[in-house]
Amino acid sequence: MSAQTATETAAAPAPAARKAPLLSVSGVTAYYGNIIALKGVDIEVNEGEIVTLIGANGAGKSTLMMTICGSPRARDGRIVYAGREITSLPTHEIMRLKIAQSPEGRRIFPRMTVYENLQMGAAIDGNAHFAEDLERMFTLFPRLKERIEQRGGTLSGGEQQMLAIARALMSRPRLLLLDEPSLGLAPLVVRQIFDAIRMLNRTEGLTVFLVEQNAFHALKLAHRGYVMVNGLVTMSGTGAELLARPEVRAAYLEGGR
Amino acid sequence: MDVFLQQLINGLTLGSIYGLIAIGYTMVFGIIGMVNFAHGDVFMVSAFIALICVLVLTTLVGLSSIFVILAITLVVAMLFTGLVSWTIERVAYRPLRGSFRLAPMISAIGMSILLSNFVQVAQGPRNKPLPPMVTDVIVVMENDGYQVTLAYKQIIIMVVTAVLLAGFWYLVQKTSLGRAQRACEQDRKMAALLGVNVDQTIALTFVIGAALAAVAGVMYLMYYGVVNFADGFVPGVKAFTAAVLGGIGSLPGAVLGGILIGLIETFWSAYFSIEYKDVAAFSILVVTLIFLPQGLLGRPEVEKV
Repeated sequence: MSAQTATETAAAPAPAARKAPLLSVSGVTAYYGNIIALKGVDIEVNEGEIVTLIGANGAGKSTLMMTICGSPRARDGRIVYAGREITSLPTHEIMRLKIAQSPEGRRIFPRMTVYENLQMGAAIDGNAHFAEDLERMFTLFPRLKERIEQRGGTLSGGEQQMLAIARALMSRPRLLLLDEPSLGLAPLVVRQIFDAIRMLNRTEGLTVFLVEQNAFHALKLAHRGYVMVNGLVTMSGTGAELLARPEVRAAYLEGGR
Repeated sequence: MDVFLQQLINGLTLGSIYGLIAIGYTMVFGIIGMVNFAHGDVFMVSAFIALICVLVLTTLVGLSSIFVILAITLVVAMLFTGLVSWTIERVAYRPLRGSFRLAPMISAIGMSILLSNFVQVAQGPRNKPLPPMVTDVIVVMENDGYQVTLAYKQIIIMVVTAVLLAGFWYLVQKTSLGRAQRACEQDRKMAALLGVNVDQTIALTFVIGAALAAVAGVMYLMYYGVVNFADGFVPGVKAFTAAVLGGIGSLPGAVLGGILIGLIETFWSAYFSIEYKDVAAFSILVVTLIFLPQGLLGRPEVEKV
């Protein structure tokens, strides 16, 4: 918002660049030991958008998600969030800027109850809106209410996924990073989760960056999308554009739906 | 019956001390998967801090109320020992995080030797006695001239232990601090993703463990009235045994293990031979590791993660 005029003149052709993006990743590389995982990635997410990143297993999607959060740290390039460079901030400080992640593998605390897991999600706020947000999560995922005193480790995969998303939302994030929320879930649950994401985006203007292998659903849900292959972004466009591209159809949709 | 009762009282007292130390081992192991071999020496240092504090309070300040002295000593010992442990973590363990798994343990052995040698040089190698502070006893029962006694100091030890454990339990289970601590224990990376400062939480774990060890140190000093630079080793290893017996990583396990080790040791001394009491206690470590490696209250890994 602050850099409004500057971007307007600089990046006039792009229709989405009315103001500075909420998150901008530019030229980011990341390594695991000596193995390169990201080879110079550029991605932008504007406020109020749902942006998806699709790609095959091992393309580096989750790595990018974690690199935004500072773990692993980007070796080159810049990550700017809300007008502030966060490339070298420690993870917990990045998250305190109201970025929340529902990570790969869900990472529910197995020996904490559902309630405690949600409390952990709200820890950044100092649990200030806890009761109110808890009710919101129960409306969004009624199943969590039934499981509230159960230990996280005893939940089913779908319930854990709901909990992971709810936990991320408890911090009232400005940017929600979702890593493969559909992984291993029944189609009905996937639809529930995607509906919830769409609703949060429409009613609350929540900005979402979604990593998915389920390209069809993700591209239908998202305003814009990026395709990642081997640590590089190879294509980008609106969800509908990407869905129509033959390469995308061949690689990620046909037979994989 | 009378001997049994007496040994039960003695065993519970000793077990309280072991349990307090064992918590430090189990918490640190739980959060960073490391056996903090310096913890026994931190306990020994706390007893010296308590000794100095008591001497200052009685001679220089001229306090005479035992309870005031004890309360101040507890607070001072907890603070200073916490500081010592925080410093050790900061200089000897944190820089090695992310290094190979054995590195911080080797560093811990180094810190253990450093602490005991430092105290030996700074305080001298001899036993440091303290005049008995609490000498009253209650005669619980008398049988043919054999008195079963419950000393006031034993009551103090058990009560202080129980109160502190209750407070500690509340801290870990009910406060956001304790939740962050447990979160780091279960998944450090995720905790960081929720805005928890992991390094700070680990440091805090060391401080809390050391503060409880300091309580044990004060109690030990009050109970035996003497401390020496090598006193960290045997109680330290016994408390570690207690943590393993109870299931390392489990807080109730540490307390239970401590009490059991205390009881085994005193009963062994009473009914078999006092010379071999340490052998009895350490045999438990070996037997536990062979037959019950997860310990009494160790968690069975059945949960989906």
